[in-house]
Amino acid sequence: MSLAKRIIPCLDVDNGRVVKGVKFVDIRDAGDPVEIARRYDKEGADEITFLDITATHDNRDTIVHVVEQVASEVFIPLTVGGGIRTLDDIRRMLNAGADKVGINSAAVFNPDFVREAAERFGSQCIVVAIDAKKVSQPDEVNRWEIFTHGGRKGTGIDAVEWALKMVVYGAGEILLTSMDRDGTRIGFDLPLTRAISEAVSVPVIASGGVGCLDHLADGIIEGKADAVLAASIFHFAEFTIQQAKERMAERGIEVRL
Amino acid sequence: MSSVAVIDYGMGNLHSIAKALQHAEPDCEVRVVSTGNDVLNADRVVFPGVGAIRDCMQALNQSGLSSVIAEVAKTKPFLGICLGMQALLTDNEENGHTQTLDIIPGRVVRFPESLQDNDGTILKIPHMGWNQVRQMQHPLWKNIPQDSRFYFVHSYYAKPDNASVIAGTADYPNAFACALAQNNIFAVQFHPEKSQAVGLQLLKNFLHWDGQL
Repeated sequence: MSLAKRIIPCLDVDNGRVVKGVKFVDIRDAGDPVEIARRYDKEGADEITFLDITATHDNRDTIVHVVEQVASEVFIPLTVGGGIRTLDDIRRMLNAGADKVGINSAAVFNPDFVREAAERFGSQCIVVAIDAKKVSQPDEVNRWEIFTHGGRKGTGIDAVEWALKMVVYGAGEILLTSMDRDGTRIGFDLPLTRAISEAVSVPVIASGGVGCLDHLADGIIEGKADAVLAASIFHFAEFTIQQAKERMAERGIEVRL
Repeated sequence: MSSVAVIDYGMGNLHSIAKALQHAEPDCEVRVVSTGNDVLNADRVVFPGVGAIRDCMQALNQSGLSSVIAEVAKTKPFLGICLGMQALLTDNEENGHTQTLDIIPGRVVRFPESLQDNDGTILKIPHMGWNQVRQMQHPLWKNIPQDSRFYFVHSYYAKPDNASVIAGTADYPNAFACALAQNNIFAVQFHPEKSQAVGLQLLKNFLHWDGQL
């Protein structure tokens, strides 16, 4: 009897539609978020994450409606990230039915925002999303830096130090995305995942690069992640969540079947 | 069909619990309420909560709901969830010891740092995710398979003085009480409203429970 490792499908939502970019650039339409969330719930998803990538502020209400609709019929934890900048943004998402919010760029620009958010709403609902890119050369000791703006802008901040700092500031969970791997389908950056997961006391969700079911298991076994997040392998119905869990169980990982 | 009051005292969003109750039993009248009278007027009561225990107790004391909860916890089918379970015990070591409602004698303590599982991996805190629950005999477990997984997110857990109130345990890595039962009270550390089919079943069982063992 022990805690199961989690599988979290992620829906990138743009103007109310699910899309999936490759390295955050190309966009493919994958359908209606409510319908897809319903399917993932049936297949046994442990949580669902919505990442709002809508560019214009005016259209941000669409994600609130999506969350409201999903929360009325899907009874598993829901996380919403993308464009969360103020305590009001957080309150709006929680009131719509989200259980957690992902804070990304806003944390980099103003780390105290994470502290205020955790104090106000509790660490259990504050997920700090970290986009990291390897900056060391092949013959150097591994080093990763935090990037913002969908991986386009470097910050000079060391990823492991940043993760530790965010936990001190009140992050209840870390969502770690490798910008080198996102959309590539060649697997997680395992050394990055392991470095962060072993450094921090809170759960770490590995993200970026999943192309097959064994990549998910690798993230848990070699990356030491507590949960694994993937988008495209589930959206286009290549694999079901159930298949992913069965594969993980075969590799000796405890999952909720 | 009967009515259920979900107590709103400003600690967290009650959308999920209200929707889940309605989904579990469409004929039930679900009311999210914030006054003592509305709590007293319902047939049964759900006491939820997330966040920090000190804020929770402050909100309960300021709103005057503490005494109402103490009363209905003796008289109506009563379901405490997460912080709503923890608040029922005597005291909590969060925020440097917080006195709580003392309805179920016992303490709430933090998981120690650096706990390890069998293969030596350090266990993360909060205890977050789907863990198995070992059930003791109680009507609220009806039609829920033994060792089903429920969704947890917490860093503190209950240590009741009297082991006979323990209605369920989970392992992290040692067994801890994750469900308590005392007369008409049932209280859980996990979130039934986020635990998919088994969670909805537990809510449905509660909505049909007469408060008797």
